[in-house]
Amino acid sequence: MATFTERMGPVLLFWLGLCLSGTWAVDKGNFKTCDQSAFCKRQRAITPGESPYRALLETMELTNTKLTLQLINDNNKVRLLLELYRLQGNITRVKINELKPLKPRYEVPDVLIREPPTEPLSLLSQDENGVVLSLGAESQRVIVSARPFRLDIVEGRDVLMSLNSRGLLGFEHLRMRKDTSQADPEADNKEATDPPSQVETTKEEEEKVEDGMWEETFKSHTDSKPNGPSAVSLDFSLPGVEHVYGIPEHADTLKLKTTDSGDPYRLYNLDVFQYELYNPMALYGSVPVMLAHNAQRTTGIFWLNAAETWVDISSNTAGKTVFGKMLDYVQGSSETPQTDVRWISESGIIDVFLMLGPTPREVFSQYASLTGTQAFPPLASLGYHQCRWNYNDQEDVRAVDAGFDEHDIPYDFIWLDIEHTDGKRYFTWDPHKFASPKEMLQGLMDKKRKMVAIVDPHIKVDTNYKIHNEIRSRGFYIKNKDGADYEGWCWPGSAGYPDFTRPDMRAWWAGQFAYDQYEGSMENLYTWNDMNEPSVFNGPEVTMHKDALHGSWEHRDVHNLYGFYVQMATAQGLIERSGGVERPFVLTRAFFAGSQRLGAVWTGDNAAEWDHLKISIPMCLSLGLVGISFCGADVGGFFKSPSSELLVRWYQTGAYQPFFRAHAHLDTPRREPWLFGPENTALIREAVRQRYTFLPYWYQLFYHAYQTGEPVMRPLWVEYPQDPATFALDDEFLLGRDLLVHPVTEEGARGVTAYLPGKDEVWFDIHTFQKHNGVQNLYIPVTMSSIPVFQRGGSIIPRKLRVRRSSACMEDDPYTLYVALDNRRTAEGELYIDDGHTFNFEKREFILRKFSFTNNVLSSVNLEPDAQFTTKSWVERIIILGASKPSKITLRTSDDQENQLEFDFDASMSVLTIRKPGMNVGADWTVTLQ
Amino acid sequence: MIMFGHFVLLLALFGGAMTVEVLRPRGVPLSKRQFYEENKPFTCLDGTRTIPFDRINDDYCDCPDGSDEPGTAACPNGNFHCTNAGFRPGFIPSSRVNDGICDCCDTTDEYNSGADCQNTCRELGRKEKEELQKIAEIAKEGFMLKKQLIQEAKQGLEEKKSKLGDVQNSKKDLEANVEALRTVKETAEKPEKEAKERHLKAWEEQKAAIRMEKDKARTAEVFLELDDDSDGFVSVAELQSHPELDPDSDGSFTEAEAQGLLGGVDQVDTVAFETVWNNIKEKYVSESNADVPPPGETPQEETQDTTSDNDSENYPDEDIPEEEDNDDEEDDEDDDMDDGDYKAPPTMRTDEKKDEDDEGPMPPYDQETQALIDAAQKARDEFNEAEKSLREVEDQIRNLEKEISFDFGPSSEFAYLYSQCYELTTSEYVYRLCPFNKVSQKPKFGGSETSLGMWGKWAGPEDNIYSVMKYEHGTGCWQGPNRSTTVKLTCGKETIVTSTSEPSRCEYLMEFTSPAICQDPSSIDSGHPDHEEL
Repeated sequence: MATFTERMGPVLLFWLGLCLSGTWAVDKGNFKTCDQSAFCKRQRAITPGESPYRALLETMELTNTKLTLQLINDNNKVRLLLELYRLQGNITRVKINELKPLKPRYEVPDVLIREPPTEPLSLLSQDENGVVLSLGAESQRVIVSARPFRLDIVEGRDVLMSLNSRGLLGFEHLRMRKDTSQADPEADNKEATDPPSQVETTKEEEEKVEDGMWEETFKSHTDSKPNGPSAVSLDFSLPGVEHVYGIPEHADTLKLKTTDSGDPYRLYNLDVFQYELYNPMALYGSVPVMLAHNAQRTTGIFWLNAAETWVDISSNTAGKTVFGKMLDYVQGSSETPQTDVRWISESGIIDVFLMLGPTPREVFSQYASLTGTQAFPPLASLGYHQCRWNYNDQEDVRAVDAGFDEHDIPYDFIWLDIEHTDGKRYFTWDPHKFASPKEMLQGLMDKKRKMVAIVDPHIKVDTNYKIHNEIRSRGFYIKNKDGADYEGWCWPGSAGYPDFTRPDMRAWWAGQFAYDQYEGSMENLYTWNDMNEPSVFNGPEVTMHKDALHGSWEHRDVHNLYGFYVQMATAQGLIERSGGVERPFVLTRAFFAGSQRLGAVWTGDNAAEWDHLKISIPMCLSLGLVGISFCGADVGGFFKSPSSELLVRWYQTGAYQPFFRAHAHLDTPRREPWLFGPENTALIREAVRQRYTFLPYWYQLFYHAYQTGEPVMRPLWVEYPQDPATFALDDEFLLGRDLLVHPVTEEGARGVTAYLPGKDEVWFDIHTFQKHNGVQNLYIPVTMSSIPVFQRGGSIIPRKLRVRRSSACMEDDPYTLYVALDNRRTAEGELYIDDGHTFNFEKREFILRKFSFTNNVLSSVNLEPDAQFTTKSWVERIIILGASKPSKITLRTSDDQENQLEFDFDASMSVLTIRKPGMNVGADWTVTLQ
Repeated sequence: MIMFGHFVLLLALFGGAMTVEVLRPRGVPLSKRQFYEENKPFTCLDGTRTIPFDRINDDYCDCPDGSDEPGTAACPNGNFHCTNAGFRPGFIPSSRVNDGICDCCDTTDEYNSGADCQNTCRELGRKEKEELQKIAEIAKEGFMLKKQLIQEAKQGLEEKKSKLGDVQNSKKDLEANVEALRTVKETAEKPEKEAKERHLKAWEEQKAAIRMEKDKARTAEVFLELDDDSDGFVSVAELQSHPELDPDSDGSFTEAEAQGLLGGVDQVDTVAFETVWNNIKEKYVSESNADVPPPGETPQEETQDTTSDNDSENYPDEDIPEEEDNDDEEDDEDDDMDDGDYKAPPTMRTDEKKDEDDEGPMPPYDQETQALIDAAQKARDEFNEAEKSLREVEDQIRNLEKEISFDFGPSSEFAYLYSQCYELTTSEYVYRLCPFNKVSQKPKFGGSETSLGMWGKWAGPEDNIYSVMKYEHGTGCWQGPNRSTTVKLTCGKETIVTSTSEPSRCEYLMEFTSPAICQDPSSIDSGHPDHEEL
């Protein structure tokens, strides 16, 4: 084996150069603050006041689908075009572009699943001050004020949202460069002969040329900015709102903080080495979606722009103490709480979707109608994933695989990081360490297990490398500003970056996953896209130069989309290699709005620290709120080495988070679950086994997320939107509606306090079956084996208690139904079953059952009678929590057979266990308690 | 619902001749058969409850210990027994029953999953037998070699012990010799020292006289230089023409300050100037070379006290090395280094140099002194030589003692590895194991050697401590621990490194065969207790 320095020499130097010392924190100096980002500084310098923009009502056109209107900036007379759409499902879309831009401005393609269907707008009234349009239902209206321009969306007498109410609309029009000697004389002429208003422009106010408009230098990198300033910004006011969420990815709390005293939240996909917690710095992915919530209403803002973006948040109640707020309440403060938000993007246009709720569920569905829902993952990918940088060779893989059997711990996927390749040439295998990959994959397949191998988007510049040669000869690489292939440093050394924004490039890339192209691949090999921000070790802020070219667009315009496209092309490849039959599984580090349609994401290179364990909860909750449900953090922490206590707690937490993968840095000691002594091995085994027993529930939740866009892992306020006590909770969460999880994330914890919501709810401890009432802060004493999880009274959760080596081994196993009764002694739940891995569910090959318990009768009915699927699985046990003792229990099946069932009743816990009812889980039946 | 037989007919073979049919529930080992009596209520083996016999292997878990479902996957904590006739019997977790994966070589775990399993027990049994035979043969030959090694080690030990005795004797002679030569040396050094001191003292006196004369000449010279109007007096104004003399260096050299330097008067004559000169000569810059202040006369100490972080600003431009580009960090570093050099030459050294220049070198020793020095040097050389020989012998003794007392195993069977090295070449590296010394790794195609650890200790399990060697404190890893190597020893006829790996970053594993670890084959061949049902 080589030492790190020997093998990674040049790369390491870059890393060291970037991170300076080996201290365990991000070097903030490597990343821009708003002040160091010229456009952010310029736009943020605009202060609230009267907007220079005016709506030219005489230009208004109202068609069946939209309203258009010109805006004029009274300072420079540049005209903008406003388009306003009412979209189906209570969404309003506002687009603002230059009326006549010098050249087209970038509009984000491929993120919306289709051109959103519109609904007609109708004019309610109009005078010289503005117009009022009806948004249809619920007396919703848009008021367009002319001078200064602003938009207000009102419902009844309430203002839901106002745009440009603080006058922060900024739109830097494209312009000719004035300080160059080669200025085109014709252009000057043209300007002179333009209509009088244009002449006025030059006369009235010479556009002030500020630093950083035409060139900007950060550290040693110069951004040439041939198009000059092009930023856009707009403010949104949210009356009555104190809680806003979303705009991932940040390592911060669930409830977003105000940014007045520091930098705005930044959205710019970056490979941040050893990121720091609780700050607004940009991370690997960006979803420009913010949710606003109060006890009456939930709304959302989707700012569709893929350029570098900053989001400022301020609040008139921020900084007020609880006492101050109480005082306001008691004394009837005149001021209603309000949150103000400002979005700033470097280029492109303003294209914003106002999702008007009013419930959280409706906002999810509104956002899903625009960008799609979570990809429905293969069932196995919801199992446990064992990863490490790196499993050294085939023997290592075999030994780790055998270790799981020896210690009787289930797992579904073992992962290979970059070292498996032949010199970081993706789609290849190290000829010595992985000489016979198919043999290795067959060995895993024999145990019904799978593998993921990494494929990063940076391509080694090497004329002996087929992938490189093909991309180069097809002209698929991103170009630098001078038109040559862009080259940067990454793992392989000098590397090119394919232009994934090109559909033909993506199609070609997808073709590389064909079994006859990707040598050594088999159907149980899946893919992981890392470094797709893209990471460029020697680039500005460790990413690509903004003046690099994707055809006619600058990297500046498309940056935040790159990772999305990489995952899209990869997922397409996995679909195509099976002839469209098999569902893909692709993990990505970088993402954008819409990435939920493509697979899973993880929170990147975290560290083995307690705070990193804690932050995994708000980070995944924030992602879930904006559609990306399949989220996880590296279990154990990527950098550094966890104590055995931290590792165990992380397994316990990860077992209840959507994407459950352990991962570790190359330089850390080995940490397979059995390396920390028999006691810890047993604790980890138990956590992983709990995960596997809940796989039917996870699968059903993902099916639901795929159907509706609702998050799998969700904050409590989503289910209890009127309970302010839930609004800022981010140390506990719900899985679906029915499981409440409060993992232990404190070192040396003796107990945790979980908030159990719901005035009429009861919650059952899933381990002890102890019943607790809702709306209480429950102190739970904990030991090392405790994972506080509660099942909601009123729910039925199907589980499989026969935990085997992998999820596929459990396919035909019987179910145990956990029926948790609410105060009305009722409960209901769903069960979804299909083959677990193909797209045949789209052809309605699945089972969807609804279980309900009411009046002492538990019944199973078919929710999708026209869907067809058969299962061997049967019901081996029904456990009813909160039950009373029956005298007799009978089972009636569809053929009208009636059987008496045996049962056990535990009076101390009121738990009724019905023994071996035995019916097929896909059939209709009723179980009656007498 | 799936129903299947509770019982299977199991054939147990005894010696291949007699066949006995033993009826028992599926998955139960012979040794536990008596707990499963047909048609009698069954008590869970942990005694927690009793259930009707038809609930054994009915695919529902009734016993908390899983003992009612030995042949199904119903209990999460159950075990299934495979008879594996022809090979070794064993238990597998119940979760592997009917999971579609063949675990028992007799295929009995997959009776209802449709998995296509082949009975491989005979084949496995044969292979294992062959393997055991091979191991036994190696052990036999290895053990023979080991006995030889023990013999050799014994012999070697004796030799070393006797050699140690010899060397210890010669050490005594050498010690006596060293002491004798020390006396000779000290006797010769005393007169040498006295003669040298005499010589030095005479030279110092001579130097002082020269210096005084020079100082006087300098005072006169400076007086003339300062006395611009040649009136035989140095006045306040004349002194002020030398701004470098400003006592507080604040940039303005006032009249009062000048007067102060002149001792409170307006002017001084040549005699009074001698006192004034003593106060100003540190700072004074001669008019003839005013552009370049003589080294050593820049008031470094003072300026440094008042300086902020940026040293360079306080130095005259002429003294800073020309630096075109200060932007680059690397260049900045160079600057710092130059500054350091600039600061480094102490006044002392320059003074000495000046003295030498001014007063010339010390005259050579006279003949008599030189003879004394030569004699003393000879005595010193002889003494050093003797001392060196003594040290060598002491080293030899230490090494011998170390080797004699080293833990080379219960019968010193590993002694033959001492001061040997063994190499293994992989595709990328050459690994080198020098037992009881170190492990290293060197790139095959050039590059420097990396230490993978120095000898640490025997680190096998308590009952077999000599089966593992541990080498520690190798070259440090980036953001990681120091490299270390675990060497696992197995019995073999030859002494070779058979494999290396790096299971964890910077933690290496080496497999090493040696006859020294071979066990007496007669103690191995006691047979397998597991073979009850073969």
